[in-house]
Amino acid sequence: MGTLATLLGARRAHLSSNPHRLPSTIAKEDEHLLVAAAKKGDLSAFEELVNRYERKIFRLTMNITGNREDAEDAMQDAFLKSYSHLKDFEGTSRFYTWLVRIAANEALMRLRRRRPNQFSLDEPVQTEDDLVPREIQDWGPGPDQRFAQTEMREILNKVIQELEPDYRIVFQLRDVDDLSTEETAAAVGISVPAVKSRLLRARLKLREKLGKYFQQRGGAN
Amino acid sequence: MRCKEAIQEISNFLDGEMGAALKHELEEHFKECEHCHLVVVQTKKAIEFFIESEPEELPVEVKTRLHGTLRRRLNSPA
Repeated sequence: MGTLATLLGARRAHLSSNPHRLPSTIAKEDEHLLVAAAKKGDLSAFEELVNRYERKIFRLTMNITGNREDAEDAMQDAFLKSYSHLKDFEGTSRFYTWLVRIAANEALMRLRRRRPNQFSLDEPVQTEDDLVPREIQDWGPGPDQRFAQTEMREILNKVIQELEPDYRIVFQLRDVDDLSTEETAAAVGISVPAVKSRLLRARLKLREKLGKYFQQRGGAN
Repeated sequence: MRCKEAIQEISNFLDGEMGAALKHELEEHFKECEHCHLVVVQTKKAIEFFIESEPEELPVEVKTRLHGTLRRRLNSPA
């Protein structure tokens, strides 16, 4: 239908022309030069790459571990490992995608160490009945207009942290950090169908959780 | 198509990962079912909020520790 014609695939392509949105678009024209210089041991070039991506990598490691100390350690080790393995980066993917996979691995290791049963490698038990939302309420006009940027960020942080790690991690990698389904599966060590199943549940749960905030603030209760 | 089947396909629909026939069937369902239409619109919007949200600046002490460690570790041979 017309209003739904703009699918996420098309939206991703659209957003990628906006230099302030997706990770892929952070890759400024000089990124390959910075990577090449860093490969030759230019630390200032590498530090520029760190400056460029540290905020996104810290958000990623926070959203995987749910623990600030682990998130900081994972970020730090991810940057150290990426520098020491730069020679292995062949440029077939974006540098950021490569970095995300290293950071996700560091963060997942810490999550599993601290909470061994928090992230499951098993296929999800299919319980399709619970997917159909029971309550659907109108969000009102433009929630993004009604909330200040910092307030909106707090809401997003809160609702994503409320998700179970199985769902949160897949959503973070696939939707927020823009890894492909296959890249996400490889990064977390689960199958492609498991990624798709968890992503569907994550997206539906986030819709529901966000709705509670938007509805409350919308004044309709 | 029943609502249960439509909800099951929402993710693939939003990602454009489905054949034309199933896509058409879903679009027809969304035209007829206000409930599912709202779910797909809100789900799409929810994803967009996350994608478009800029990450916070690193806390100063975290940034200081990160760059201090990198300089110290990368400047000295392992």
